[in-house]
This record gives sequence, structure tokens and C-alpha cells, in this order.
Amino acid sequence: MTIKGELIIQNVNKSFQRDGSSLHVLSHINAHVKPGQFVSIIGPSGCGKSTLLKIIAGLDAEYDGDVFLSGAPVTRPGKEKGFIFQEHRLFPWLTAEQNIAADLSLKNPAVRMQVDSMIELVKLKGFERAYPRELSGGMSQRVAIARALLRQPDVLLLDEPFGALDAFTRNHLQEALLEIWARNKTTMVLVTHDIDEAVFLSDRVFVMGAGPGTIKHEIAIDLPHPRSRTGPAFQQLRASVMNALHQSETTAQDWEI
Amino acid sequence: MNKATRPATRKKRRNGLRRTLTGLIVPLALLIAWQIASGAGLISAQLFPAPSSILKDFYDLLASGEYIGHLKISVYRALLGFAIGGSAGLLIGLAVGLSRRTEEALDPTLQMLRTVPLLAITPLFILWFGFGELSKVLLIAVGAFFPLYVNTFLGVRSVDLKLFDVARILEFSRAKQIRRLVLPAALPNVLLGLRLSLGMAWLCLVVAELMGADRGIGYLIQDARSFMQTGVVFVGVFTFAIVGKLADSFVRLLESKLLKWQDNYRG
Repeated sequence: MTIKGELIIQNVNKSFQRDGSSLHVLSHINAHVKPGQFVSIIGPSGCGKSTLLKIIAGLDAEYDGDVFLSGAPVTRPGKEKGFIFQEHRLFPWLTAEQNIAADLSLKNPAVRMQVDSMIELVKLKGFERAYPRELSGGMSQRVAIARALLRQPDVLLLDEPFGALDAFTRNHLQEALLEIWARNKTTMVLVTHDIDEAVFLSDRVFVMGAGPGTIKHEIAIDLPHPRSRTGPAFQQLRASVMNALHQSETTAQDWEI
Repeated sequence: MNKATRPATRKKRRNGLRRTLTGLIVPLALLIAWQIASGAGLISAQLFPAPSSILKDFYDLLASGEYIGHLKISVYRALLGFAIGGSAGLLIGLAVGLSRRTEEALDPTLQMLRTVPLLAITPLFILWFGFGELSKVLLIAVGAFFPLYVNTFLGVRSVDLKLFDVARILEFSRAKQIRRLVLPAALPNVLLGLRLSLGMAWLCLVVAELMGADRGIGYLIQDARSFMQTGVVFVGVFTFAIVGKLADSFVRLLESKLLKWQDNYRG
């Protein structure tokens, strides 16, 4: 029996060919994400974490190894793999609600109802008819999340989605994301370089190292929600992620020498 | 409409009126200066009849019904030629923009043809299609083709590549990709092409009607010239200017309605 939302990554390797020489970007990536789990991938820039996410999304098909989502091999991008980019990537000529509906017609009462409930979920009431240029960065990202969630994805892939936002908006959106996750129980895979974000949101944190990109450590975050960012348990986990990250970085440098 | 939006609409309307008035200052000042100079006998009445006398010629032409007849046939030619040339430009521009192979096959030829001055092919068109409507409409169509072709092509090629990733994730079919992504993204360029194309159609109309016609505003000008009716020539010239401006304003209105999502510097 296949399980909706289960993500299996088996022995994924990837190299870029450039000017005759090949650059090993990802090496022997293995992971098993249970349905409904919130997983973060953290690592120094250039460790291939975004590349890994694109592979899971089916946006990058040139790799060795296997990726299975809900029991089926991933071969191409699709609605079941919702993707949130660092930029909102909304269609600038559509209003917020039209962006959420995208190719679906708002005249269809079923779609209308779903879009309205999404607007409620991402707290954008009053901004349904606004164009992306009239929305703040945080609001735009909410619209992008709503657009992905409307399609009831098996997994939501987030590529540094809050990286370009200010600290206050970022915290706000992290809490919003947790709320959404608590309701929908969608499997989440988040790529980030923000340790706080990873510890605050995830069940598990994968720490990657560069050259070639590998998963160096896995840290389980066993704190109940809602989490306090200032509590001692949080700080301790934060420190261990920091340490792991530091270790992976030094090994990466060693490897380069 | 609720109370809160009403002052904003009123303000917008007043702004539009203000803009129209500002735009009228220069032409009105010129006309007044012209009228005064004519009245004072500073300029030749034969070469520069006073605006009041041009207006009288205009009134006479209007009263005899002659003017409307000429205007109708001119507008008909321009619109028909524009419809043929413009739609071909739009469709071929889309096809060439969407496919690299079509571009390689068609674009070099079209770019070569584009550089041929229209006046150079006018004699050919007359030889091929005679002095009738066909040669005129086709000449206008050729003129209207290129601005829409070039700008549609450019518009398609300037679609943000990042949005194609989104279209793939949302599982847009090829048709949906064109309708939901390529067309709206290319719209600003297409509308610019439309504006230039309409202008070009109007311009080619003059060429077509001056080269030989028995009706139309161009004919009116040509005919008046041979009888030294300078006032009527001016009526024709002003007609071209005003109808051309109206067509341009229409496309700009379309732009402001269709492109209100755009986030650009507005001066």
C-alpha cells in the first residue's frame, strides 16, 4: 500500500558537466520522510540543498538515484509537489485570488469556495482583489503558499521562502506556516540557511556539507508546539545544529584543500 | 459604488480633464497665432489660409456630404488593411516567438523584407493589383504587419523564464501556457505594436491614396492641390492628424485598462 505524502530519497548523486570537467554536487543522498513530517535541510551556500529540492520537485531530472513520493517515482514537476520559491513568482497580471485559482475558473462555485477558504487560511481577507505589485513581500508569499495548497499537494517544498523578508515578517510567516501545517498535515520539506527557522519549524533537521553535498548530520527536534524561541531546550537544540553546521563546514574546507 | 471610492473617481476624472486641457494648449496657441497673423496680413492667404477660412471650407465639405464620403472610405481602407496586416503580424510574431525553429525559418526573410521601403514596392503593387482597392488595402496591410510582428515576437521572448517553472508545477498544458502565461506577459509589447501598427496603417493610407484614388481623404488632398484649394488641403491634413490621434488615444485607453497590473515609473 502506498502512503500519501511519504517521501523516499535513495542514493541520489548529481554532477554538473562544465567545460569538460565535472563537478560533483550531490553525493549519496538518502532520506526517508514520513507522511506529515516537517523536515528542514540546512547547510552552507553551495552545498546543493536547493538542487536537492529541485530534484524532489521534478524540476531537475538530470541525476542518478531514485526519488519516490507517495510510492511513485518522481519524473516531472506537478501539482502534488507544491513548490514555494524564494521569490513569490506570482503572475503579475492576476489579482491575489486569481493567482490562487491560477488556471481554475473563479466562476466555478467549487473553486470559488476553495479559494475563499485558502484566503481565510493564509489570512489575506480584504486583499483578494489586489495585484502582486500592491502586496508586501510577506503577503505575496502567502498568496504563493495558498496557490500551492489549493492543489492539495502530497508534499510542500519550500526553497528559502522567507529569506528575503524582514525578521518580523519572517517570524510571523513561520507561525502562519505552522498553523497551516497543523491543519493540513502536509509533508513539508524546507530548505533554509536560518538555524532558528529550522529548529522552530521542523521535526527533523538535515545538516548538509558542501563539496560534494552530502547529509552530514540529522538532528531530531522533539519539542512540542508551540515552541518558545528563547527557552533553554530550544537554545540547546539550536546550539547542536550550529555545531553540526560548523563541523560540516570545516570538513568541507578540508576537502577543498 | 460606496462613498469611500467616489472622491477618488472624481479626482481621477478631473485629472483626465486636466491632462486633455494641458495637451490642447500648444495646438490652440498655434491656431490663435496663425489666425492673428492671417488677419494682420503677415502670411499669404493663398498658401496659409486663416483657420477661420479652413473651418469654412470644412463646413462646406461637410454640408455637401462629400467629406463624410471620403472619410468613410479612408477609414474603411485603413481598418481593413490594419485588420489583415495586424492579425498576420500578431499570429506570425507569436509563432516565431514560441518556436526557435520557426524563428530560424521565417525571421531572416521577414527582417529583410522589413527594411524595404514601402514606397519602393508601391509601383509593384500597382502593376500587380492595379489601382483598385486591393492594392491599397494590401499596401496598408504590409505596413501594419511589421510593428505588430516585431513587438509580439519581442514580447514573447521577454516572458520571465521563472514563471515557466511555475506553469510546469501547476501542470499547464501547452495551450494553457500560451493563453495564461505567454499572452498576458507579452501584452505590453503587443499593445505597443498595436499602437505603432495603427499609426503605420494610417501612414500607408496616405501613400496608397496619393498614388491614385478617386475617393478618400488622400484623394481630397490631391484633388484640392491641383485646383489650388489650399484650405481643403488643410482640411485633409487636419483630418489625418485628428483621426490618427484618436486611434492612438484609443489604444492608450486600452493599455490603461489592460495593463493596470503593471508596476512602472509613470513620470
